[in-house]
Amino acid sequence: MESKDIRRSQHKESFVSGIIQENPLFVSVLGTCPALAITTTVEAAFGMGLLFTFVLVCSNIIISALRKLIPEEIETPAYIVVIAAFVTITKMLTEAFIPALYSSLGVFLSLLVVNCIVLGRAEAFANKNTVFDSLLDGLGNGIGYTLAIVVIALFREVLGAGTLTIGAIFTFVPKSTLYILKDAAGTYDYSMSLLTNPAGGFIVFGLILAVIYAVKNHKATIVKAKARAAAFAAAAKKAEPVVPAKEAVLATPAKEVK
Amino acid sequence: MSAIATFLLAIVSAMLIDNVVLSRFYGICSFIGVGNRVKSAYSMGLAVTFVIILASLVCWPIYYYVLVPAGIPFMDTLVYILVIASLVQVVGLFIKKKSPALYKSLGIYLPLITTNCAVLGVAQSNTDSGYTFAQSMSNAIGTSLGFLLIIVVFACIRERLESSNTPKAFKGVPLALVTAALMAMAFMGLQGIGA
Repeated sequence: MESKDIRRSQHKESFVSGIIQENPLFVSVLGTCPALAITTTVEAAFGMGLLFTFVLVCSNIIISALRKLIPEEIETPAYIVVIAAFVTITKMLTEAFIPALYSSLGVFLSLLVVNCIVLGRAEAFANKNTVFDSLLDGLGNGIGYTLAIVVIALFREVLGAGTLTIGAIFTFVPKSTLYILKDAAGTYDYSMSLLTNPAGGFIVFGLILAVIYAVKNHKATIVKAKARAAAFAAAAKKAEPVVPAKEAVLATPAKEVK
Repeated sequence: MSAIATFLLAIVSAMLIDNVVLSRFYGICSFIGVGNRVKSAYSMGLAVTFVIILASLVCWPIYYYVLVPAGIPFMDTLVYILVIASLVQVVGLFIKKKSPALYKSLGIYLPLITTNCAVLGVAQSNTDSGYTFAQSMSNAIGTSLGFLLIIVVFACIRERLESSNTPKAFKGVPLALVTAALMAMAFMGLQGIGA
């Protein structure tokens, strides 16, 4: 029974860790090239995230299934061939079924082959773990990456184009445009077109990372302050019996102990 | 316009106006990872330049004289990455044998080049956009020189930034990205020169 529980928590761990805690883009800062290039619209970013997840899950499954067969010396080339095969399959399927997505992603679909995250998960996780765990790991990291690039794209599309369009790429959804910073008639327009330019991609990604770092720094200071307060209290408690009752009112015991 | 002038103009436009790092984000990973020491950035840039030109030199004929006649043009990505990986290996061995000093400075960057998007990106976009051999060579030379230029300039800026007093949350990658944004804006000013 117990080993089953442990296994279940391990499954959960390999799935969840990639989504927020070890988010491949915002925490490890990997796979930045497509994250900056295709995030001008939310739909393209979402499509890229889906294809990325598909490639990552498939390559993780195959690589972990073959992990005992692949000799260590040719690990990397073997992984690249597996990944490239899945990227080719993905390219052909996308071209056939969602041609608008294929043309909007362009060469960046092929560049999934050299995406650091896919190769990184293969070398860091899939070649050491079971097939099922690798599947979950791929799924978790894929979802985390998709979330991250959709967040970047949301900022860039809403602030840069002033609108939010759905149905331009995924044509099976009825096309609808939400006007946020400008209106359809063109009476006002507060959008900043710089954000749809490459420079805007760098700015948005840099600012998001800075916010994440600031939150992390803040949390670290809180943890540090709590630890110091705990040490302070413990020291005070220890010092109390030593100090005679009369002097205890005047003295600050923690300072003396330190 | 003569053929040579067109060739040179294509190089300049790929290098400055449509710079790969700042407008197509190729090689951002190594750009952020390696680019805080001028000397190592220079070595990395040179190695990438060499491999990009060599890879384009090999991949274009492979596509048009092997893959297309064989009826398997969809295998391009897979073949290119294999060609690039083996080229990097061969170049590494060659340099190691001929010039151990150069190998010492370039050696650690060689494995990284295989997974540099710029190399595969150039080879792929050459055949995707249907370039002729001369066009694809000018694209390769311009792109790789643009990469070298940006990575060295960027390393110079980051060296200065490291010793300056910056907000704590921006230290490291966020500041690098904002710096890149400012550089991209500066390079946007060059648009329209070739036209």
